[in-house]
Amino acid sequence: MSATAAGAGAVPAPARHHVRRPSTVTVYRWELRKLISQKRTYLGFALIVILPLVFILFQNLHHHHGHGGQSIFEAQITQSGLATPVLMLIFLSAFMLPLVASLVAGDIVANEDGNGTLKTILTRSVDRGQVLAAKALAAFTYATVAVFLSATVATVGGIASFGFHSVVSLSGTVVSAGEGLALVYASNALYLIPTVAVVSFGVLLSVVTRNSAAAVVGTIGSVILLYIISGIPGLEGAHPYLLTEQFQAWQGLLRTPTDWGPITHSIWVCALYAVPSLVAAYLVFLRRDVAGG
Amino acid sequence: MASSESLEPQPVKARGLVKRYGEILAVDHVDLNVRSGDVYGFLGPNGAGKTTTLRMALGLITPTGGTVELFGRDPMRHGAGALEGVAGFVEAPRFYPYLTAAKNLELLAALDGDGARERIREVLETVELTPRAKHKVGGYSHGMRQRLGIAAALLRRPRLLILDEPATGLDPAGMRDMRSLIRRLADGGMTVLLSSHQLPEVQELCDRVAIVDRGRVVYEGALSDLRRQGGTRYRLKTADDDRALALLRSQPRVTMAAATPAGLEFQAQEQDAGEVSLALGRAGIAILALTPELATLEDLFFRLTEGSPEGDHGERVPVNGHGAAAVVGARAAAPAAGAGEPS
Repeated sequence: MSATAAGAGAVPAPARHHVRRPSTVTVYRWELRKLISQKRTYLGFALIVILPLVFILFQNLHHHHGHGGQSIFEAQITQSGLATPVLMLIFLSAFMLPLVASLVAGDIVANEDGNGTLKTILTRSVDRGQVLAAKALAAFTYATVAVFLSATVATVGGIASFGFHSVVSLSGTVVSAGEGLALVYASNALYLIPTVAVVSFGVLLSVVTRNSAAAVVGTIGSVILLYIISGIPGLEGAHPYLLTEQFQAWQGLLRTPTDWGPITHSIWVCALYAVPSLVAAYLVFLRRDVAGG
Repeated sequence: MASSESLEPQPVKARGLVKRYGEILAVDHVDLNVRSGDVYGFLGPNGAGKTTTLRMALGLITPTGGTVELFGRDPMRHGAGALEGVAGFVEAPRFYPYLTAAKNLELLAALDGDGARERIREVLETVELTPRAKHKVGGYSHGMRQRLGIAAALLRRPRLLILDEPATGLDPAGMRDMRSLIRRLADGGMTVLLSSHQLPEVQELCDRVAIVDRGRVVYEGALSDLRRQGGTRYRLKTADDDRALALLRSQPRVTMAAATPAGLEFQAQEQDAGEVSLALGRAGIAILALTPELATLEDLFFRLTEGSPEGDHGERVPVNGHGAAAVVGARAAAPAAGAGEPS
């Protein structure tokens, strides 16, 4: 500001009028724009793009050396490119995709709290509930994009390397290439159910800890803890209720006829993790002091 | 600026506001009354509770007790609805460093609604950041961020502007320009709540003030009243300073009297200083010089928050009508009427 400009005439104060408040969709759109503008957003994407490519490269070398596979999809890896995305989902669903989902979910509130921008947006015309809903939706969106990006890279790479051919299901029936492609994407869509639970827990930790690193490590640490619990002898009765057990529920789609049992079980078990996490995050966020930054 | 009559609820009304962090009482039953059209100075030393009070006013933190209303709405009950017509920042304004200034304002405009996006160019011009609008905020200087903070506030077309130390970290030219901008906004009728520990800034801009110390309001009211209550300080040289000092200390309306290397110093209202000069004459003490020195805001501030800057041991007397107490100067002689209520 120059003295001249700053010393110009008075700026008239506006008259009172009712302000039309923005919708949650507007807040959500800006949450996505913020994610897109940050370099670290692409770190997770890079991981889940590079891994399928490395896998395909390895399988090509593996094939040339004439090694055989163990599981039904490993056995088909060179016969149909559609086996690649299924194997990648089996591999990534256990740890890598939850890790990528937690990278953003754990960071999305805590980062803004630490940088002081949370107070900036909470002193505008949006309610806290809208802000949290938009952030949770943005974290879900990121996880969804990550899952389908991984699936697409694996599918395209698999088809390019091994062809677009029919594939044998877990029940031993032959599935046409077109149907197989649809099942690949449907399987990834079903994998989003436990992903939503992971993201919800990450958002809760992000709200409560106010620390990105703690929230991300806490989320993925909880996944590891559940794996440890599933390995403890005598706790077999708890297995159906562990979130980590739901990471493979999508495989019910790859049976003929479709096995809906594990899928419906997964939906309500994941809801038991996701809903309380989101409700707790909402209640804490609604009343908590914002003094960071 | 004189307060304007209005049917609208007052811009800021705090009653018994308390914020406690465990054992620490950060804000202790604070009452504030910012009226429409005020340029209201919120003064206090660092750690006095100013920022905590403003955070409660903006709904960022929950009061332990008491209420605060902005235009009649409590942010704790009405959420973002209580911030209609209100804008500003607490501590330093914060932005997304990976976005440009224009993008930051677009984001905030989207969160404001109400056509705020159409005002982006205008507010950038007001704070003279148009040439840097396409630059990422991560590369901005402190002063530029402060100006962007003002621009972000103006996007909301506020009727109440809350600014927390807006000139902190600015160079002298930046401070001058910031004050000039605040003056322009106030001249346009905007109510401004300005938290500051920069006394010249408050003295230049504000018509009403609240002074907080250790979480309590020790004065609230017109700056002119504060200066009047503080009395005028006089420097006195006589032919016999020892007798003159004894006489000053015997005067009931002299609120402070002390010997200094430069002569005597006492504090009294203007008409009482006249009585002092007559008394000195009657006592046969020749007056060599009697010079009035109107108390500055700085004098009053230090007296209210620390005792006088010279280390006078004052007594605490109520000055704001809300039960808060303040040090207004030491007296060696008999206490004035109404004095002596401890805090």
